[in-house]
Amino acid sequence: MSLYERIQEERSKYPAESESAVLPALRLAQEEHGWLSPDVIREVADALEATPAFVKSIASYYDQFHLAPIGEHLVEVCTNVSCAVVGAQQVVEAFEAGLGCRAGETSADGKVTLRAVECLGGCGWATIVAVDHHYRTHVKAEDVPAIVAELTHGD
Amino acid sequence: MATEVQKIVLADADERDLTKLTEYVAVGGYVALAKARALTPAAVTEELLESELRGRGGAFFATGRKWSFVPSKEQLPKPHYLVVNADESEPGSFKDNEILSRVPHRFIEGCLITAHAIDCDKVFVYIRGEYSGPYEILVAALEELKEKPEIRGKVTIVVHRGAGAYICGEETALLESLEGKRGQPRSKPPFPAISGLYASPTVVNNVETIATVAPIIAMGGAEYAKLGVENSRGTRVVSLSGNVVNGGNYEIESGMSLREIIYDLGGGIPDGRELKAVVPGGSSTVILTKEEIDVGYDFDSLAQLRTAMGSAGIVVLDDRCCIVQLGIRFSEFYEHESCGKCTPCREGTRWLTAILRKLEDGRATQGDLDLLLDVCDRINGKCLCPLGDSDAIIVASYVAKFRSEFQAHIDESGCPFGGSSSLDGVLAPIQMHTHSPVAEVPA
Repeated sequence: MSLYERIQEERSKYPAESESAVLPALRLAQEEHGWLSPDVIREVADALEATPAFVKSIASYYDQFHLAPIGEHLVEVCTNVSCAVVGAQQVVEAFEAGLGCRAGETSADGKVTLRAVECLGGCGWATIVAVDHHYRTHVKAEDVPAIVAELTHGD
Repeated sequence: MATEVQKIVLADADERDLTKLTEYVAVGGYVALAKARALTPAAVTEELLESELRGRGGAFFATGRKWSFVPSKEQLPKPHYLVVNADESEPGSFKDNEILSRVPHRFIEGCLITAHAIDCDKVFVYIRGEYSGPYEILVAALEELKEKPEIRGKVTIVVHRGAGAYICGEETALLESLEGKRGQPRSKPPFPAISGLYASPTVVNNVETIATVAPIIAMGGAEYAKLGVENSRGTRVVSLSGNVVNGGNYEIESGMSLREIIYDLGGGIPDGRELKAVVPGGSSTVILTKEEIDVGYDFDSLAQLRTAMGSAGIVVLDDRCCIVQLGIRFSEFYEHESCGKCTPCREGTRWLTAILRKLEDGRATQGDLDLLLDVCDRINGKCLCPLGDSDAIIVASYVAKFRSEFQAHIDESGCPFGGSSSLDGVLAPIQMHTHSPVAEVPA
């Protein structure tokens, strides 16, 4: 199914006059294209019969939408209090060292984007690291090199 | 030694894989649904009133009463909606994550019973975008019901994924987001029961609340109300995290003491450290000192200490934690998550972070401590939703209970921990030096 058709399928779940499908539509578009370029925003807007300005106003509000390109993989380290008091900062620094980029950046080979993020809702299993949106629990700094190797495998 | 009680929400989940329909049916699953459908909607609501169940999302509003506010379709001829708040994002809380992941069918059964009680045939589950795991489990459970029209009845359940915004856990912001808008709180009234989703009568309930509905119908409201203590009936799934040996979710009978939860269930403080403080109900709740943990984990007992169960996220902090840094880290969170609609919150959360950082860096004067509390006063109670209030209330509580530590930051021109605090140098998303995610991807 094309992106357009899948967006229409999402729209059918909500009342006809509503804009409710905008979040699912943006999610589908991002899954397909990796990030939400101006062209992709326009494609989503067309599928929703809305304006690109409206769609961008929504996309820019939510943290999970990428308005700039990201790496092939996304690593998100929770640094809120429950993770921080058991070593989240050391996990962030281990990723920075392993990837050669700072949190907020993408590794030079374009493979991995690293971010510090707010509470991921796994506090009792800290530190939580979301790798491509799936949680790794109880991550310690010494576990990081293996995760980096897994994500950059093939070099 | 206290242990977990008779489980209600997570019952049988240790023994069986209740993500499977057959397993859930084998432990009596979906029997309560049939029982409820044989009753009138009013009779189902009556059971809930009798159970004294109160909302598990944080506001602790009586669930049966909330349902009873929905006008009949004769009074107001519009569709009714049930919206389940699965946008769990409060730092310290992760119970709904586990409930959805382990007992999705008990949750779905609760949705279907609630739909019957409020006469609705469309349910939206708003799940936070980060919860890919629970989302996949819930969708798989719903998939199993595709061939079970006798269970689904006329009800359609749509799982709607958020996209990363703490504020969407506030019910009116959630409704805005679900309608496809920026998730910013609405002014109330009108309340959602009258004018909620698509300006129609809407009940918004938390995941744990909904997951408690089927057991209540199965055992009877009166039986459920025998558990717990006055004003806090039944069980509670508490999330335990921070400096504690066995972090995780525990289903307790309301009223168990906080000390028992931390030491008996959680195994106490690791590494031979001393307890310093406890955040009792998620980041937004007033802090407790180590002297205050002989308190029942229930509404009234915690209210006497001017704090609350909130969303039941208990964060344990040992003696390595600098309380000024704790204020900074939580304040950075609220600053990041403020939607910007109300000025006191948008500006005030930023001010709180800035003044706290001044204290931490040793640049603060005595007047800055007064200014900090003054800013708290200028936020608290002056916004549409409690996000800014939360920051103000907790920071003020840190000063009230750990004033000497704040004073030491002024007197010693810096942090008395000298770099050894457990929160030292933590990178909050708000400090990431560029807009995230930055993109220096080679062409």
